[in-house]
Amino acid sequence: MTALLPRRGLAQILALIVILAVDRVVSPQFFDLRLQDGRLFGSLIDVLNRGTPVALLSLGMVLVIATRGIDLSVGAVMAISGAIAASLADTHSLAVVLAAALGAGLICGLWNGFLVAVLGMQPIVATLILMVAGRGIAQLITEGRIVTFSSPDLVWLGNGSILGLPVPVAIALGMLILTGAVVRGSALGLLIEATGGNARASELAGVGTRAMILAVYVWCGVCAALAGVIAAADIMGADANNAGLWLELDAILAVVIGGTSLFGGRFSLVLAVLGALIIQTMNTGILLSGYPPEFNLLVKAVVVLAVLLLQSPKLSGFAGVVTRLRRTKA
Amino acid sequence: MTLKALFAASATAALLLALPANAAELTIGFSQIGSESGWRAAETSVSKQEASKRKVNLKIADAQQKQENQIKAIRSFIAQNVDAIFLAPVVSTGWDSVLKEAKEAKIPVVLLDRDIDPSGKELYLTAVTSDSVHEGEVAGDWLAKTVGGKACNIVELQGTVGASVAANRKKGFDTAIAKHANLKVVRSQTGDFTRAKGKEVMESFIKAEGGGKSLCAVYAHNDDMMVGAIQAMKEAGLKPGKDILTVSIDAVPDIFKAMVAGEANATVELTPNMAGPALDAIAAFKDKGTVPPKWIQTDSKLFTATDDPQKIYDSKKGLGY
Repeated sequence: MTALLPRRGLAQILALIVILAVDRVVSPQFFDLRLQDGRLFGSLIDVLNRGTPVALLSLGMVLVIATRGIDLSVGAVMAISGAIAASLADTHSLAVVLAAALGAGLICGLWNGFLVAVLGMQPIVATLILMVAGRGIAQLITEGRIVTFSSPDLVWLGNGSILGLPVPVAIALGMLILTGAVVRGSALGLLIEATGGNARASELAGVGTRAMILAVYVWCGVCAALAGVIAAADIMGADANNAGLWLELDAILAVVIGGTSLFGGRFSLVLAVLGALIIQTMNTGILLSGYPPEFNLLVKAVVVLAVLLLQSPKLSGFAGVVTRLRRTKA
Repeated sequence: MTLKALFAASATAALLLALPANAAELTIGFSQIGSESGWRAAETSVSKQEASKRKVNLKIADAQQKQENQIKAIRSFIAQNVDAIFLAPVVSTGWDSVLKEAKEAKIPVVLLDRDIDPSGKELYLTAVTSDSVHEGEVAGDWLAKTVGGKACNIVELQGTVGASVAANRKKGFDTAIAKHANLKVVRSQTGDFTRAKGKEVMESFIKAEGGGKSLCAVYAHNDDMMVGAIQAMKEAGLKPGKDILTVSIDAVPDIFKAMVAGEANATVELTPNMAGPALDAIAAFKDKGTVPPKWIQTDSKLFTATDDPQKIYDSKKGLGY
């Protein structure tokens, strides 16, 4: 567990607790939970459930960022996989639907990985291509309409429950454990960090940096595709214009809040997911507060700034100096 | 030139069949914005239907959300010397010079769905648009009438912050319910016009209002958000359409599906048929020289469960929504 949650997670946990406390103030019933049709029901569950897409995206994104890359196409990949899942849902079994949707994500990831690892394009430009083209592809699949479906299997994926937990939350938890087991249960995580830290040196030391980079983009594509399927299952339809729109930015933000540097190197999966939860806790709080919607983005910006300031090494150094001064005075 | 011959032939045929002869000769260029939404796609297909109904040759140019493409299309329509130009402007400014060219070529221009900057009023014949303030009023009036005298807590799902449609639909609804002291909007948030956000925001409304038992109605600035909100209500164990009244705007096919299931109550139509009134205005202008008013307001028709929603769903679902 220490490998998954290093001591540097303190700032994030603190931020989450503070935001939860603020949510409790603006909405007294925030921590209320009850069972509704065999499923837990309450604002906390909303936070987990609505935070799932960004949490899944951040799982892939954190690995990409650890290699000093970035993937701007995840929102568009969500739209593509959602469109595929929705178009197939009523005529094919869940297994086929999932295979097709996740397969599409894998291909998107391979494409990004190919551009970055093999052709040596800058990640921000390479993935920008799919970010723009991907939404167009999704619109072609749906023919510009919102494709709806009623397949109970796929609907269950978005709205069902396992032991009271919404299925999307269980899936995200499973993906976190799976990803953690793969990258931290082996040397893979270390190799990814090495690639991001110094690709040239790692290459000379015998790390297959190309394979590493390709692999993280593929995983990022698969995670995004899963998020897309869940988003489509949630509203029982694929909305190619809006599914995953701007979520790539939320995913990057989640990773950054989770303390992973955009310059690559050390990363933490758990903290990236925690970052996604911090964002969603804030979003849900804003919705519950009853403030006019004109304030939404402003509040969000201020909170993000505060969380990032909490982590700033310069600032925490400053805080340390202040406490030391106080101690010596006392 | 074979095309021209074909038109001539069909015109003669039309004469022989004693159909409105002049209509067959009309060629109209339509610069459409693109297909950014289902409604836009429906507008394009309804325009085609309306044109073929009137035996008008409608040439549609898809601008893919770019003004320069629209300007190019209008210039090419002028070069082809069409009888009239329909324009669904993607933005409200920057049309002066190209519309002056059309005016010099004596080709009347009709704006569809959106208006342009006031400086160009003399540059177009008429604008066919809906009144989004009025749409909100129709929704509010329906709710006031349906609720009657009992107290009613309403939650509102707004469109995208800053969008003029959202501001207008809010204004119209607020005006309509202001006359009734028993109607009160208790919560209002933006759902960005999307299903996913509509659902998320409705979930938070339900929690913030003690499980939603105290709510009497939901008003959404578009049907898509309402479809999401209906799902949120169902998952919370509420009965939309019965415990909680719903009224939204646009009249897209899926809201009629919800009406058939008894989960939605009312919707106000933003008609995709902007071309019909425009074609009639052009025909009258060409025939008798009747100058239409500067603004032709389309109907904001209210649909409820009593209007045979299944039939409307069937008629709308093929339009590309």
